Amino acid sequence: MTNVLYDVPGPRARIRNRVIGAITTVVVVVAIGYVVARFVATAQFSDVRTAQFQYAAVQRELVDGLLATLKAAAIAAVLALVFGALLAAARLSDRAAVRVPATWIVELFRAIPLLILIFFFYYVPLQYKLHLDTLWALVFGLTLYNGSVLAEIFRAGMLAVPRGQSEAAYAVGLRKSQVMRLVLLPQAVRAMLPAIVSQLVVLLKDTALGFIITYPELLYAAKQIGGRGAFDFPYVSSYLLAGAIYVGICGALSAFAAWLQRRMGRAGRTAAKPLAADAVAAVERGGP
Amino acid sequence: MHTFLHALTANGDIFWRGFKTTVELFLIAAVGSLLLGTVLAAARVSPVPVLRGIGTGYVQVVRNTPLTLIFAFLVFAVPKLDIGIDYFPSACIALVAYTSAFVCEVVRSGINTVAAGQAEAARALGMTFAQVLGQIVLPQAFRSIVPPLMSVMIAMLKNTTIAAGFSVLEAGAIPAYLAERGENQFATLIWITIGFLVLIAPLAALQRRLERKWAVAR
Amino acid sequence: MRVHRIGLIATVVTLGLGAAACGKSGTPTAPGNAGTSGAAVGTGDACSSSGATLTPATSVALTGSPTYDKIKSAGKVVIGVKADQPNLGYKDANGQRCGFDIEIAQLIAAKLGLGKDKIEYKEIPSANRETSIKGGEIGYYVGTYSITAKRKADVAFAGPYFVAGQDLLVRKDDASITGKDTLKGKKVCSATGSTPLQRVRDQKLTEDQNISEFKTYSECVSQLLDKRIDAVTTDDAILKGYAAQNQGKLRVVGQPFSTEKYGIGLAHDDKALRNFVNDALAAAVQDGTWQKIYDGTLGRSGSSASAPALERY
Repeated sequence: MTNVLYDVPGPRARIRNRVIGAITTVVVVVAIGYVVARFVATAQFSDVRTAQFQYAAVQRELVDGLLATLKAAAIAAVLALVFGALLAAARLSDRAAVRVPATWIVELFRAIPLLILIFFFYYVPLQYKLHLDTLWALVFGLTLYNGSVLAEIFRAGMLAVPRGQSEAAYAVGLRKSQVMRLVLLPQAVRAMLPAIVSQLVVLLKDTALGFIITYPELLYAAKQIGGRGAFDFPYVSSYLLAGAIYVGICGALSAFAAWLQRRMGRAGRTAAKPLAADAVAAVERGGP
Repeated sequence: MHTFLHALTANGDIFWRGFKTTVELFLIAAVGSLLLGTVLAAARVSPVPVLRGIGTGYVQVVRNTPLTLIFAFLVFAVPKLDIGIDYFPSACIALVAYTSAFVCEVVRSGINTVAAGQAEAARALGMTFAQVLGQIVLPQAFRSIVPPLMSVMIAMLKNTTIAAGFSVLEAGAIPAYLAERGENQFATLIWITIGFLVLIAPLAALQRRLERKWAVAR
Repeated sequence: MRVHRIGLIATVVTLGLGAAACGKSGTPTAPGNAGTSGAAVGTGDACSSSGATLTPATSVALTGSPTYDKIKSAGKVVIGVKADQPNLGYKDANGQRCGFDIEIAQLIAAKLGLGKDKIEYKEIPSANRETSIKGGEIGYYVGTYSITAKRKADVAFAGPYFVAGQDLLVRKDDASITGKDTLKGKKVCSATGSTPLQRVRDQKLTEDQNISEFKTYSECVSQLLDKRIDAVTTDDAILKGYAAQNQGKLRVVGQPFSTEKYGIGLAHDDKALRNFVNDALAAAVQDGTWQKIYDGTLGRSGSSASAPALERY
């Protein structure tokens, strides 16, 4: 669609496009140059500041932080998938007594900021002198929030299977649970996969909130390394490195989700069209 | 029950200040990200390859970075470059930088929903890129853009709580503040939740209504 | 485009992991630091002890202490400490621990007949101190633990082994701040949810919008060095540690406006252990070990201190 917004450029348009391109490039280069100049002027990559990174102990700190991030994300992902499946089943139920409270729960957890959810599991046990590890505070917060979003994804996936499938299944004499289990679910899962992976990327990014409750994940490790006064506070290099790691991992997962979407769209093994994996749909489900 | 109410009544000033700051952050960041996001979307669909590349690059990088990292960079790393920005403006910049990537994607998707024939007809009439976009495509895309855009804004409202970790006294900083004063943490968090529900529920309801009303039959 | 992107991502990730595989071992030391212990210049991240000799006691005369019986049968002691306070309770990049509180903890362990290798350290955040002592998770706690009547309901205290007070850390060339009354119009920073911050707010030492708070003190110190804020406030013991770490750039104002008595947190009903630890502290003050430990850790900041009188109960 986007390529119909403008004609194939003629000679004058080509020159104009090149001029605009050149001006933009110059502006971007100047901006980057300014940043680099400030880096150099304040010696961000001086010997003192980068000294730490050569040492295995510091690298291990970063790797430990990364592993802690992945650990929290993995546990929260599994729990969120289970919680989301249960909620979705409740929301698709015929009995209003089950459906309505499930709807409230989903809406409630989607309206509370994730940080506040995490605080519930962090501050309240402290108040009553109980001990809950920061890992679990983070995991439970992530589970409740992403579980609700995943419930919506599951529900949308089930509803995306064309009506004809379930009608035919009922016509053949299957009961509701059989229809869902044998006909709808297999087709829905294929359609939902890209969206689920996208939501898991959001979950992985959200583990960074753990640093506010002192869970030692990657951002926390970067902050510790950057905060070493003895090395003149190398925050810039530390955060740039952490950023590169995050972009690398999340980018890989997002690329995987996009690939899944392309593959699902082509496969034709399901009547349901794949749920969009991209940012729009993820955002519609309320992810940060 | 008494402690529950006490948490609110004795600290009404903190709750007021906190939520006022949250709303301020939200409004400034909303305007900023809508502007920047639309500009980015225009760049991504423009005929100039360099602009397309910059737009795509920016969105891809920002979408895969945690918002918390952007905050941390602005508050701790940028001052090291001898660039001084106060905490509240830093929070606004971080929120705008992050949310505009999502706004860009929403606008771009919306542009894609407008039937190709509209743009082709506009071109046939001799309109330029800017005219096609501004007078024909975007106004029609409006219907597909607004509901997801409201979702983005709701998500950003929730994300303002991250500023609490970076010395901005908004709603997310209230629990730590009241813990100092010895208030019951559970009650405090319940009140904050209620505050956010009050702010978000109307927006979410409006968004769902608009979505149903403007559902484009295809 | 697709291939490029995936390739770029793969390269970044591989570089990162590959770099992790080939790192130098050992502790990073800041250039220009000879790493000598007890020297006046205290920069460098590497932990160096004060040089006080702590020989484990060969015979320990302590009966009737359930905590000690547990320690003896386990052959080691678990001590609760802090890990992010330079020269006080600190863990360097190589995992070494050092600082005033750490060495006091080691002193007590030595008196209990345990050498440094028999000590297991546990980092406990401030809010969890009472629960971990009561739950038996740790044998005792040494980490800027202020003695208060409220806490005495849950745990017992031996000591005090140090008297600190809330003070201000400022840039060395900033002569405008000389005490708590000169803070008006200045930006003050402290840790979120801490008593010093509460005090600044209650006493209205500066305007509300000039108060900033972060999770850890090193963030405040970073902002101080960047001239984003003008003063960091907390116990002077902690501030001295940061001043020592940033020699020549920061100084402690030296006008404490509160009193914090640091004690060793113990199980509430273990009176035998409490008396034993108090005796150990008294002996350390008597034979100069206390002073040697102080001079080699917090004393590097340039401010002196002397041992406080014990409060037995």
